[in-house]
Amino acid sequence: MTLRKLFVPTLVALLFQPAAQAEITIGVSLPLTGPASGLGIPCNNGLALWPKSIGGETLRVIVLDDASDPTVGVKNARRFVSEDKVDLIVGSAATPVALAMSDVAAQARTVQLAASPIVTAPGKDEWSFRLAQSNAVMAIPVVAHMKKHGVKTVGFLGYSDTYGESWLNDFTKEAKAAGIAVIGAERFARTDTSVTAQALKLTSANPDAILIAASGSGAAMPHKAVVDRGYRGKIYQTHSAASRDLMRVGGKDVEGAFVVSGPATVADQLPDSNPSKKFGVDYIARYEKIHGAGSRNQFAAHMYDAAILLEKAVPAALKKARPGTPEFRAALKEALESGGVTPVSQGIINYTPQDHWGFTKETGLIMKVVNGDWKVEQ
Amino acid sequence: MDLTIAGVLTLDGLTNGAIYALLGIATVLIFTVTRILFIPQGEFVAFGALTLALFQTGQVPGTVWLLLVASAAAFLLDLRILLRVPAAPGRARAVLRLALGQLALPAAIAAVSVWAAPRDLPILLQGLLTLLIVTPLGPLTYRLAYQSIAEASVLVLLIVSVGVHFVLLGLALFFFGAEGFRNPPFVDARYALGPLNLSGQVIAIFVAFVLLMALLKLFFGRTLYGKALRATAVNRLGARLLAISADAAGKLAFAMAAFIGALSGLLIGSTTTVFYDSGFLIGLKGFIAAVGGGLASYPATAVGALLLGVAESFGSFWASSLKEAIVFTLILPVLLWRSLYTPHHEEH
Repeated sequence: MTLRKLFVPTLVALLFQPAAQAEITIGVSLPLTGPASGLGIPCNNGLALWPKSIGGETLRVIVLDDASDPTVGVKNARRFVSEDKVDLIVGSAATPVALAMSDVAAQARTVQLAASPIVTAPGKDEWSFRLAQSNAVMAIPVVAHMKKHGVKTVGFLGYSDTYGESWLNDFTKEAKAAGIAVIGAERFARTDTSVTAQALKLTSANPDAILIAASGSGAAMPHKAVVDRGYRGKIYQTHSAASRDLMRVGGKDVEGAFVVSGPATVADQLPDSNPSKKFGVDYIARYEKIHGAGSRNQFAAHMYDAAILLEKAVPAALKKARPGTPEFRAALKEALESGGVTPVSQGIINYTPQDHWGFTKETGLIMKVVNGDWKVEQ
Repeated sequence: MDLTIAGVLTLDGLTNGAIYALLGIATVLIFTVTRILFIPQGEFVAFGALTLALFQTGQVPGTVWLLLVASAAAFLLDLRILLRVPAAPGRARAVLRLALGQLALPAAIAAVSVWAAPRDLPILLQGLLTLLIVTPLGPLTYRLAYQSIAEASVLVLLIVSVGVHFVLLGLALFFFGAEGFRNPPFVDARYALGPLNLSGQVIAIFVAFVLLMALLKLFFGRTLYGKALRATAVNRLGARLLAISADAAGKLAFAMAAFIGALSGLLIGSTTTVFYDSGFLIGLKGFIAAVGGGLASYPATAVGALLLGVAESFGSFWASSLKEAIVFTLILPVLLWRSLYTPHHEEH
C-alpha cells in the first residue's frame, strides 16, 4: 500500500513530461526510506495536492528518495541543478539532509524550500527558505500559555541532541523575558531504557510545569516517567510530539498534556478569525479524501503550503524571466522575499531578504490532550 | 540526596543492570563457544519487544517472514552439502530430517503466528509465540553468516558481526517502522516497599534474571549439551576429536543468545518505549559488562552489569547530559586493571 502511494506520484511525474518548452521544473528530494521516512512519506503524499500548472506554466515535478542520508540528498540536489536544470528545489524533510542540500542550492543559485527547520551558518541561507516553523517561534505560544496559567518555574527534559538543545536555548530566552525561570534541565536519548533518574531529579525540584522536548513516540516515555513519579503539575510537549504516536504509546498518562503545534492538523477547531483556518480546512478535506479519514499530518501540510507560496511567487517571477534561466531563479527568490504576509495552513509566513524563516509569532497554538484526542486551547 | 532518592535510583539501576547482565551473559556465551564478538545481540531485544507489540496490534510481525526466508535459505545450503557427498544409504532419511527441522518447523510456527495474530490472545501466549519466532533466528544467523567462516580470525568474525548488525537493524526498520512501541505489562501489579514503588514488571525482570542464572548454572554443570558447549569453549579442536560438532555447538549458543535477547525484549517492552534501533545501546552495555568480566566469566559479567546499571542511574541523576560518557568511561579502569593483572596468552 505505502509502496504504491509512494511510487504513483513519482510515476505520474515521470510519465507526464510534455515536451513543452516553457515548463517549470521542480526537484523534490525526500526521505522516502530510512529513519526519517515517517516524515518523507507523508510529504510525498502531500505532493498530490499540488496544482498541475501555475501561472499558465506546466509544473514538471521530479521526486527522488534521499534515504534520510545527507550524502544522497546532496547527490540528488546536484543532479537537479546540473542535469534537470530545475527552477526550484523542494526538500528534504530530514533536517541533516536539508542542511547539506542548502549548500548546493546556494552554489547553484537556486531556491530551496526546506521542509524542516534547518539552522544554517549565518548568511548561508541566502537561497534557502523554511516551510517548517522554528523552535523559537513555537516557544512563544508555550511561554504565553504558561504565563497565562501562572507558571513561574519550569523543569526541562529534552533529547541530548540538537533538537533538545535548540529548544532549551530558545525556550529559556523567551521564558526569561516573561519572568519564568528554568530551574532544571535534564537530558535523555530516544533509545534509553529508563529516564527515572532524570524524572526523579526534576520532580524533586517541584517546578510548576515541565517541558519535554522529544519527538513522536519518543516523547511518551519521559512523560510517563514524570507521571510515574507522582508529578501533578502541567506537562508541556513540543511540536515534534504533536502526532498520534504520543497518545498511542502514552495512553492515559498523557491525558491533560499541553502540546504546541502548527494550526494545520487542528484547523477544524480554530475560530473563523484565524487566517490559517480556511487553508487548513481545505488541506484536511483534500488530503483525507485521498488518504482516508484521520490521515492528516503536519508534513503533508508543508507541501500544501509550498504550493500556496508558489501560486503567489511564480506569476510575479514569470513577469521578469522565462523558466529554466538563471534570471527566473533569481526572480523567484525575489518574489518569495517580497511576497509579504501570506497565510498558509501551518501559520502565517512573511519572508524578507533578511528572514528566510518566515513564520510570524502568531503561528503556533496550544492543544490539550483530552480523551485521547486534541483539543485546541483558546 | 536522601535515602529515598538513593533507593529509587538503586532499584532503577539494578533493573536495567539485570537486563544488561542477561545480554552480557549471552555475549560471553557466544564468544567462548564460537569466538564471535556478537554485536547484534541487542537486535534480538528489539525483535522480541516489537514482535510482541505487533501481535498486540493484531498484525503479523515481519519477523515471521524473516524466519521463513532464512530457514529456506539455510535448508538450501544444507541440502547442497548433503547432496555433494555420493549417495549413501542414510541420505534420504537425512534429507527428510533436514526438511522437517528447517522447513516444516518454521512453517508451523509461521502458520500459528498468522492464525494467532488477529485473535487477540492473552499476552502471555503472544509472548511465548514471540520467543518461538525470535529464538530460531539465532541459529539461522549463525548458519547463514558465520558457519562457513567459523575458523576465521576473531577480527574477521568481528567485521562480519558489524555487517550482520546493520542487516538486522535495516530489517527491523523495515518490519516495525521508525516509531516506537510500548507493550502492556505481563503482570499488572504494584507493591509499595517503604518509599519504593515495585511494579510487577520489575519483579518479573529480577525473577527472570535469577531463574536464568540458576538454569545456566545447571545447564553447564549437569547436562551433556552444557558440557559439550563448555568443552568447545575450552578447546574447539579437542572437542571435535571427542565428536562434539563445533557447528552444532555454535547453533546452540546462538539459540540460547537469541532466546535471552528476546526474553529481555519482552521484559523491558513494558517499562520503556522500544524502537527498532533501541537494542544496539542495550546490547553495547551488556557487551561492556562482558568485557569487564574478561569475556569469560558469567558471575563477573553479571556483577559488572548490575554495577553498570546503578552507575548509569546515579550518573543520569547527577549529570544527565554526560550519562553515556560516564557509563562508557567506567570500562577504562577495568581494562587497565585487567591488562596489568591478567596473564597474557598469545592467541589468534
